[in-house]
Amino acid sequence: MDTRRRNNVVVTGRADGPTVVLAHGFGCDQNMWRLVVPALADRYRVVLFDYVGSGQADPAAWSEARYSRLEGYAQDVAEICAELELRGAAFVGHSVSAMIGVLAARSVPDRIGSLVMVAPSPRYIDDDGYRGGFTAEDIDELLASLESNYLGWSGAMAPVIMGNPERPELGEELTTSFCATDPDMARVFARTTFLSDTRDELKDVTVPTLVLECRQDAIAPREVGAYVHAAVPGSRLVTLDATGHCPQLSAPEVTGSEIRAFLDGLHPADPAAPAAPLPGDSR
Amino acid sequence: MMSRTSSEPEPFEAGDGAVTDAAFSALLEDSAEDLYERAPCGYVSTLMDGTLAKANATLLDWLGLRREDVVGRMRFSDLLTVGGRIYYETHFEPLLRMKSEISGIALELKGAGGVRMPVLVSAVVKHGSEGEPLLIRATLADARDRRAYEEELLRARRSAEAARREAEADRARLQDALAALQQSLLPATLPAVPGLESASYYHTASPDRLGGDFYDLFPIDGEQWGFFLGDVCGKGPQAAAVTSLTRYTLRAAALHDPDPVAALSTLNTVLHERYTGSDPRYCTAVFGTLRPDPETGQVAVRVASGGHPPALVLRADRSTEYLETPGGLLIGILPNPPLASAATILAPGDTLLLHTDGLTEARTALGGRGSERYGDDALREFVRAAPDTSPASLVDALTGLLESFGEGLDDDTALLALGAPATEKPV
Repeated sequence: MDTRRRNNVVVTGRADGPTVVLAHGFGCDQNMWRLVVPALADRYRVVLFDYVGSGQADPAAWSEARYSRLEGYAQDVAEICAELELRGAAFVGHSVSAMIGVLAARSVPDRIGSLVMVAPSPRYIDDDGYRGGFTAEDIDELLASLESNYLGWSGAMAPVIMGNPERPELGEELTTSFCATDPDMARVFARTTFLSDTRDELKDVTVPTLVLECRQDAIAPREVGAYVHAAVPGSRLVTLDATGHCPQLSAPEVTGSEIRAFLDGLHPADPAAPAAPLPGDSR
Repeated sequence: MMSRTSSEPEPFEAGDGAVTDAAFSALLEDSAEDLYERAPCGYVSTLMDGTLAKANATLLDWLGLRREDVVGRMRFSDLLTVGGRIYYETHFEPLLRMKSEISGIALELKGAGGVRMPVLVSAVVKHGSEGEPLLIRATLADARDRRAYEEELLRARRSAEAARREAEADRARLQDALAALQQSLLPATLPAVPGLESASYYHTASPDRLGGDFYDLFPIDGEQWGFFLGDVCGKGPQAAAVTSLTRYTLRAAALHDPDPVAALSTLNTVLHERYTGSDPRYCTAVFGTLRPDPETGQVAVRVASGGHPPALVLRADRSTEYLETPGGLLIGILPNPPLASAATILAPGDTLLLHTDGLTEARTALGGRGSERYGDDALREFVRAAPDTSPASLVDALTGLLESFGEGLDDDTALLALGAPATEKPV
């Protein structure tokens, strides 16, 4: 199986720059990152992909057994890293992908050298002394609503995406594929995501880690950001002035510049290299 | 509405002008404010961060919420069930950010006292003069009926899926049963017979349909072996039942009296007695005995046939002859049919070939003249040109021939080849 085609891998940015992998979470696909890529592309080689079961990844490669565990998604990441022969790459994971990145960094430590966790949550359901933001009943209701909303989930996304004269740069292919998920695969991804508990993994993170949380996030509340920051040794926490669960869309400039500043800190400019624009000027 | 106003004439009695005037005055009295508040759909406006800035009375009534508890205090996603909230965060908002407008999203609202309300949401982003996004306007249409209908569809789809899975399981079970039954009609392998070489092949036209062809090779006593090959009329379970009866009748009959004519006569009696009246069942068959002679390496063959294509003898020198049994009739039709027998000696390197008519009846396209049956003459030519005359080699070559027919081979086909081993390589 050709991993590049399977995961719709797109490599952009500066070909000889350090590599940063941008991973989407549950819901949409690599296009979630389109507003952040410009902040990185002048200095970094940017790798985008879709998990199997999302976006333009090959649906034939999907199996319920593999993608019912976060490790299955982490295997996608590990295989993409191997295919591209990455070493010490930065992995930026949004939402559930932040934890997938933690799992991948443990399984292929040579390939992933740093982590950026955007709106992460290692457990969505409240537990003794832990506030994930959801009760077990909430998540049951979500999963049940995925069942009862079957037609909504399968049918709603395709017809809603109409031509957008205000954003002509969005190609037809993008507008028809964005968020158009196979409902069966989406249901499995939702179940895997929202029933996951990967809190124990955080203490074993050994790479430099940046945690980005939003000021107001209905899915990953502030307590969770603080929890992740406290649990990952040596991590840095930045609270973005952003609302919602997708700061790369609602506040792309600040999200991009925080990621850029973190990466630049790991890769100080080579004095011999041509001067790179400052983070704030990169867009 | 207008006809209730008693001071005005009935619309149908009035001139067109009166109707138009009344309609206009009603429209003029309908304020935009009232249209917004009491529209037959919910309206909300939110800031870009989702904070509710405005909501109409229709929506507040649906949810049993007070305006002062909502506006400026709640976010749009607070009005949603948890499932809807996650959907909003992971799908709705990203799409809206990208497209600036979306429509027809199915969400469920959650109101006071746990009231649930399925809605279809359409939203647009209002931009300022600089193109900056200012706020989101959304309409929420009552989707209770539609949701009920969808649930019906979903239920129907689920039961159809369950029925399909059950049907597939049934089909798999049936195919297993058919395969087991089919195997019981044929020997798993041919027994090793001292002083004799043998080979067989069975082509099944369809895995769903039990075939009606059969063959066997079995010991009668220390010196003689019995064999048969035949074709039961029809297909499917009824044909398989006849095949089964035929196979075990012939084996038992041969032990009682190995004379080929006697064995086929017994079979005829059994079939004729078993299948009388409206459901006649019959078969064609060649039955024979073999007596290998260890001294000479020869095999003495006696056969009888009831309505079956004659056995073909391929000699070591590649001459061919049919072991004719003229006059033999179908088995099972008449009470006492004439049955003819024949005998020959297979010298070392000679092979006796029995086949069912699937082989010679196969359709083959010849020289652009369209579809023709393969035929006896072509078979004879083919056999004569086989790489060597041993049973294994002959059956191998014929298997390749059958495969080359492709779609043209639409019937089951059985092959049984019996030969006296060559003492030395044929020149």
